Amino acid sequence: MKTKGKVTGIISNIVIVRADGPVAQNEIATVTLGEVSMMAEVIKVIGDDAYVQVFDSTRGLRVGAEVEFEGHMLEATLGPGILSKNYDGLQNDLADMDGLFIRRGQRTSPLDETTLWEFEPLAKPGDRVEAGDWLGQVKEQWIMHKIMVPFAFEGSYTVKSVVGPGEYNIRHTVAVLEDAQGREHPVTMVQRWPVKRPVKAYVSKPRPSRILETGVRPIDTFNPIADGGTGFIPGPFGAGKTVLQHAIAKQAEADIIIMIACGERANEVVEIFAEFPHLDDPHTGHKLMERTTIICNTSNMPVASREASVYTGMTIGEYYRAMGLKVLILADSTSRWAQALREMSNRLEELPGQDAFPMDLSAIISNFYARAGLVHLRNGATGSVTFLGTVSPAGGNLKEPVTEATQKAARCFYALSQQRADSKRYPAIDPLDSYSKYLEYPEIVEYLDGRIEAGWVGLVNKGKTIVQRGKEAAEQIDILGDDGVPVEYHDRFWKSELIDFVILQQDAFDAIDANTPLDRQRYMYNLVLDICDRRFDFDDFQGCAEFYKSLINLFRQLNYSEWESEKFAEYRARIDELVATKESNK
Amino acid sequence: MTTKAFQKIYTKIDNITKATVTVRAQGVGNDELATVGGKLAQVVRISGDEITLQVFQGTEGIATDSEVVFHGEPPVLKVGDDLAGRFFDAYGAPLDGGMPVEGEAREIGGPTVNPFKRIQPSELIATGIAGIDLNNTIVSGQKIPFFADPDQPYNQVMADVALRAQADKIILGGMGMTNDDYLYFRNLFENAGVLDRIVCFVNTTENPPVERLLVPDMALTAAEYFAVDKGEKVLVLLTDMTLYADALAIVSNRMDQIPSKDSMPGSLYSDLAKIYEKAVQLPNGGSITIIAVTTLSGGDITNAVPDNTGYITEGQLFLRKDSDTGKVIVDPFRSLSRLKQLVIGKKTREDHPQVMNAAVRLYSDAANARTKLENGFDLSDYDERTLKFAREYSERLLAIDVNIEVTEMLDTAWRLFAKYFTKSEVAIKEALTEKYWPRTA
Repeated sequence: MKTKGKVTGIISNIVIVRADGPVAQNEIATVTLGEVSMMAEVIKVIGDDAYVQVFDSTRGLRVGAEVEFEGHMLEATLGPGILSKNYDGLQNDLADMDGLFIRRGQRTSPLDETTLWEFEPLAKPGDRVEAGDWLGQVKEQWIMHKIMVPFAFEGSYTVKSVVGPGEYNIRHTVAVLEDAQGREHPVTMVQRWPVKRPVKAYVSKPRPSRILETGVRPIDTFNPIADGGTGFIPGPFGAGKTVLQHAIAKQAEADIIIMIACGERANEVVEIFAEFPHLDDPHTGHKLMERTTIICNTSNMPVASREASVYTGMTIGEYYRAMGLKVLILADSTSRWAQALREMSNRLEELPGQDAFPMDLSAIISNFYARAGLVHLRNGATGSVTFLGTVSPAGGNLKEPVTEATQKAARCFYALSQQRADSKRYPAIDPLDSYSKYLEYPEIVEYLDGRIEAGWVGLVNKGKTIVQRGKEAAEQIDILGDDGVPVEYHDRFWKSELIDFVILQQDAFDAIDANTPLDRQRYMYNLVLDICDRRFDFDDFQGCAEFYKSLINLFRQLNYSEWESEKFAEYRARIDELVATKESNK
Repeated sequence: MTTKAFQKIYTKIDNITKATVTVRAQGVGNDELATVGGKLAQVVRISGDEITLQVFQGTEGIATDSEVVFHGEPPVLKVGDDLAGRFFDAYGAPLDGGMPVEGEAREIGGPTVNPFKRIQPSELIATGIAGIDLNNTIVSGQKIPFFADPDQPYNQVMADVALRAQADKIILGGMGMTNDDYLYFRNLFENAGVLDRIVCFVNTTENPPVERLLVPDMALTAAEYFAVDKGEKVLVLLTDMTLYADALAIVSNRMDQIPSKDSMPGSLYSDLAKIYEKAVQLPNGGSITIIAVTTLSGGDITNAVPDNTGYITEGQLFLRKDSDTGKVIVDPFRSLSRLKQLVIGKKTREDHPQVMNAAVRLYSDAANARTKLENGFDLSDYDERTLKFAREYSERLLAIDVNIEVTEMLDTAWRLFAKYFTKSEVAIKEALTEKYWPRTA
């Protein structure tokens, strides 16, 4: 029998319920307001009083309203049909809702119940299986979607039967498993999993050992993110966080992309809705939307489901990872999630930590990032979840709780700088403040030696040194004046500008420049480094500036030209000519 | 509000603070309106039979035996075509001496448009101001504030934008507006002969600050009526959102909430987002565009109000007095319109994006040259030319008193490029340079 209760108090979206039976922390409850049933989650229990946060507006709710406790936590529904869907934070299908406005309490099913899927068995009767093992597969878009032993099944089971190849809907029993006590458990294509609990259906979680190509030069070349790695992008507003994330979502070499729009602008999500169905995935040629799932809980949607949205996204990511797929999860912005935690903690009148955030913010963020990673599955396959979140630091100041807590948890740091954004140097990733811890991993260094070229990480560090030295030279020039320093200082400064303009800046709105494959990155980077190695003769600093400006202009045209096209060759030749005019013979 | 016969009247108030009263009552809904001693109030907290009410005008003069009457519904606005041409207070009551509007009563602060049902904004809103149209193009369905110091002419610029934009309705939400500014807007709209397109909800400095909290919701409920029901293009002007946030802080303080940054409530981001996200392009062709004003204190944008606003809105516009020309310009460095990519080079001429970027880059070189000059260094020939360019760019394009079409702005920019620079200094894609570089400079 379900526990029931009645509303005794209301403070904004926190409702106090007098319960008539047992209640669990994080249990889901249904609050009835007239015809409308609203979902809520238990967040505190004191005596018989359960404090629930309602995932909806509590306007008009009265004392005495009926509440029913559901006996389970907030769960995601997992099965074929998730790809290409647009969910809210609670996994309601937004496309399925009727009316222009989202009605209170409106629920829609995450999966299509009637679609028939072409099932192909992978297990046979007598097989010993555990949670996460593959029983069969169906083709979802162009991905082989594995039907697994539900994650919630504990211990090992024997496969009693599996249906033969054929078309079934998601509710059809496709296999029957027998547990150690001889009880039979039917399995369908759908399973449910509590979103706040990590899926552990794997053998081991090794250190990441390859990089995830994004086509964004300042990331791939300078600070690559690992496949199964974690990273974050803090930046003040206007620094280009969202444009950068969208670029990564379009170009990253992943099987599945999950985009979590967490408390951000609706128009940004509309852009994805409008563009992704038409854009091609550069790695497979399929439409981008076919590999993408959107979790959209924009800033004006209820705060409590904003908090849930990141967990819903992560759980779906872990589900596809268990199929041996490469999943990339992008969350914009994790600061809004932290603010949702703050609003709740505030209403519960908890003692606040720094900036009124809850005391355990750092632990919550660390636990969440820890769910990403590369895993070895029981059948020998590997899957990965790479997580990249943006952070919106208040006032652009990185010394604030969310940035600091995330810095402890994430391995890549892409600091967007206001100064670079102001001078329209996009993407505004600061080359000196940003880092990728993965460049220190011996397995990644070795991987890059093979994937790009031997000694690659050495070249990367060399480039960073040139940028560093250029910055120092610029400071000297600023203090002493153009004439007050040797021309060599100008040369040093302009060499760093060359790297900045050609490698670190990238036009996300140009069809060609937006996405640079690794081969082209290697070619361009070597070309630039080669010029940085050369010595030039300049009469004065003006000649130096003029030369490099012309050079940068040619390089930019090169970046805009199609790879290995006639135009490309032409600009390449003009670069050589120009370099020859000033090259020192000494 | 008149008391209906069957309504129960409570006459025993337990607690009174500056902004709230607590009364014991039953069957009261959250957010419901009530009248306390003749003043309008709203339920903000329910604990058993203890109801806490926020009194909009403040609790001065309320006694423990004042009458409390619950209305049984949240705040509403009566919507209809008759709203056009009218001036209302924060409660939606006429300020202009006219009759109350008859029509369907709609809850203010209503539900959210399903993001999946939105349409991608794609229509340029021309203002004639190059600092906006050329560098920071505004698109219908966008939300964008002016970040301005209190001494800057933001209300005038906003009014210019409103009158030049081809909107079907202009809805003004005035919060903490001085009476002078209110009269300025009123006269301007009357003189421009656009009264039939205007609806105003105004809370002046003479009214209690907490009342302001109703103004944006009132304005946007009216906007939704015209955009959703009538398919009209609606422009909503909200001034000044900093004063709105101040009112939020007052209320949260009086409710004993723990403040976060700059004494603002922890929910400031969500509170502001709920307003700004009403900006929308609808599938029926209707749209709501929001242009707001956020006043800054000493130009500080790290303060919680502009900071949270910047994360919500689709860009921001900065006004600045240009010392070179003495004119007010839209600052090309700090201003940004996030949605401009949807229209520039698509709805406008193909060279728009590159011309815009090149001009700003050269203007920024001029700023560097000026720094050099101030530090006593010699200027190169290039530096000298950027300075001359900057002066003319500022005067002929950036100044807010310029009123020309986008194509003319682009042509002007090309002429300035050719006058002061070589093609490689301008560094625009060659295909475009060949086509648009003026034959005779």
